[in-house]
Amino acid sequence: MKQSTINPSEEYKYGFTTDIESIRAPKGLNEDVIKFISNIKKEPHWMLEWRLRAYSRLKNLKEPNWQKPKYPKIDYQDLYYYSAPKGSENKPKSLDEVDPKLIETYKKLGISLKEQEKLSGVAVDAVFDSVSVATTFKDKLTEKGIIFCPISEAIQKHPDLVKKYIGSVIPITDHYFATLNSAVFTDGSFVYIPEGVRCPMELSTYFRINASETGQFERTLIIADKGSYVSYLEGCTAPMRDENQLHAANVELIALDDAEIKYSTIQNWYPGDENGKGGIYNFVTKRGACRGKNSKISWTQVETGSAITWKYPSCILQGDNSVGEFYSVAITNNYQKADTGTKMIHLGKNTKSKIISKGISGGHGDNTYRGLVRISSKAHNSRNYTQCDSLLMGNKCGAHTVPYIENKNSSSNIEHEATTSKISEEQLFYCNQRGLNQEEAISLIVNGFCKEVLQQLPMEFAVEAQKLVGISLEGSVG
Amino acid sequence: MLDIKSLSASIDGKKILDGFDLKIKPGEVHAIMGPNGSGKSTLANVLTGKNGYEIKGQVFYEGKDLLNLPIEERAQKGLFMAFQYPLEIPGVNTNNFLKTSLNTIRKVRGLKELDSLDFLKLVKTKTKNLKIDEKILNRQLNVGFSGGEKKKNEILQMTILEPKLAILDETDSGLDIDALRIVSDGVNALRSKERSFLIITHYQRLLDYIKPDFVHVLVNGKIAKTGCGELAEELEKVGYERMEIAK
Ligand SMILES: Nc1ncnc2c1ncn2[C@@H]1O[C@H](COP(=O)(O)OP(=O)(O)O)[C@@H](O)[C@H]1O
Ligand SMILES: [Mg+2]
Repeated sequence: MKQSTINPSEEYKYGFTTDIESIRAPKGLNEDVIKFISNIKKEPHWMLEWRLRAYSRLKNLKEPNWQKPKYPKIDYQDLYYYSAPKGSENKPKSLDEVDPKLIETYKKLGISLKEQEKLSGVAVDAVFDSVSVATTFKDKLTEKGIIFCPISEAIQKHPDLVKKYIGSVIPITDHYFATLNSAVFTDGSFVYIPEGVRCPMELSTYFRINASETGQFERTLIIADKGSYVSYLEGCTAPMRDENQLHAANVELIALDDAEIKYSTIQNWYPGDENGKGGIYNFVTKRGACRGKNSKISWTQVETGSAITWKYPSCILQGDNSVGEFYSVAITNNYQKADTGTKMIHLGKNTKSKIISKGISGGHGDNTYRGLVRISSKAHNSRNYTQCDSLLMGNKCGAHTVPYIENKNSSSNIEHEATTSKISEEQLFYCNQRGLNQEEAISLIVNGFCKEVLQQLPMEFAVEAQKLVGISLEGSVG
Repeated sequence: MLDIKSLSASIDGKKILDGFDLKIKPGEVHAIMGPNGSGKSTLANVLTGKNGYEIKGQVFYEGKDLLNLPIEERAQKGLFMAFQYPLEIPGVNTNNFLKTSLNTIRKVRGLKELDSLDFLKLVKTKTKNLKIDEKILNRQLNVGFSGGEKKKNEILQMTILEPKLAILDETDSGLDIDALRIVSDGVNALRSKERSFLIITHYQRLLDYIKPDFVHVLVNGKIAKTGCGELAEELEKVGYERMEIAK
């Protein structure tokens, strides 16, 4: 297997590669490759049909290009769409059967799958390139009727649920990358929380890209049935390479009556080097439907990695009294670019949404907040509050705020506030004079700036996120 | 404690300090007076390590070369400056800033870090002693503070960090009598045989409350005259211009 990995450095300690034999689909995008994926995943026929419908639709779609960060043309025929460690097709039943190299890889990433099983209160699904290699705490969750498994497994074991909900929030007729994902998605997590159940632990998925020249097409589907609650977190890392790699995910959330989903992301894909070479293109479609009355979906994202981050985790507030939230920290350092925000679509009565966005740019980084708040004519007494703050470090970076506001109901109300500030040399001098070094000073200031978002994260991850925020901005001033 | 030898500092080719000499022994309180723009803040900045100056000459702190140390190491070694214009840092909680700062310095000095409770106890005692309203602790660092609150916050930080050499850059400027008393009480409470002060001021008024061992007059980038307390009073009467001529 051809590898062109750069040596992992201090700044990005997750940049190593796991040397493991893998199975790949033939290069390129065509019906045969889609059949290959569907076949190796032992999917029922309806799933393949669905994929092929998406693919035929894709042929008539063009990549969007309204976003601020531009990128060189991607040759979709020059990518691998499936890569998995050999042996993982017959998914191991217990952790003891998982290739030790994979266990070791996750351990190096700070996720001890074996310890995990015993110690902490977080269940993990570990996705390595195109397959899920392990899921912990399955038995404990099953006792409560909770399903937490790779989506490939759910397609086989819970076809009715998957069939009912997949594509119901992000249809196969959506935009280019979403439709591409529907055609070639490989793995991701599936969560079903039964009626009235409060999930007793954090669920989390750890995405790892390992193989080169390979796109990762994650698909995640979370369903919270009536009156249930779940908190879910995803984390992501990738090796350091001088090529750009595509991660095009689709995540669909469905909250029924009185249900609540809290979805958190700590995105730390390889960001490229200090000259902007390499890094992940993180082009992701995340959408949640508050389908039932009094339901709630809350997105929290800490986006520190990737060469380009392009995503708008959104909420469709269909149920009366439903609530959508979006808390975001997006950091762009060196030559990283981000165009991120949310869409809050108010359809039901008394729906509420809240958007807190903190963009931080250093080096030559460029950060755009783009957000849509739409209140439909039937969404009486609905409310949105948006706060967008940008923090600049140095003179070469950029911050932009692009809010779209549509209010078709006079009893409803949208509030938008935005600020831009800059970390000055003087502020850093002040902190240094109090004994803090440059990194500590930046970390303190930046963590203060995005505290409101970080405190939304589950406690188990908040401290990690704080450290990550500090590390991502090293060398950002000047 | 501090030995400044023929120190020169320029910014963008403009000479501000020019052959400045000063010796400070442990326990001494030195006052530096001088007209606006004479280089008082520049002196404080150069000693604490602010970037942007071209520097010549030598400075020894506790017998060791000071000028090559990074800013934070100077601070960790006990050098403190109360800023003439304390910086506002939005989002950063004052209490948290103080705690982070103290613990960083304690760590370097080989002392145990204080946990939140112990720190709270300490900071409450200090604010009470200084008669500072403890509400400022829960506000964002210096954000929206009045001029007096900012200066009191500097004195609070000094009291908590217990420096070996404290430089006060016009801490008295713009203070009413009550605030001036808080500032000088803070300094006087810290005076000891080991701890030295360099008090930069524009007015003689502060020196009624803090009795210095020496008063220096800074003119044209160097010390034009040195004396004891009376020099400050004389200066107040004759003004800086006459001083310049006298030289
Ligand atoms: N960053 C700077 N760039 C250019 N000139 C400066 C700068 N900082 C200070 N100066 C000049 O240096 C001189 C001394 O300033 P300063 O040390 O602040 O004086 P003081 O504190 O005694 O009022 C003044 O003439 C001031 O205008
Ligand atoms: Mg000054």
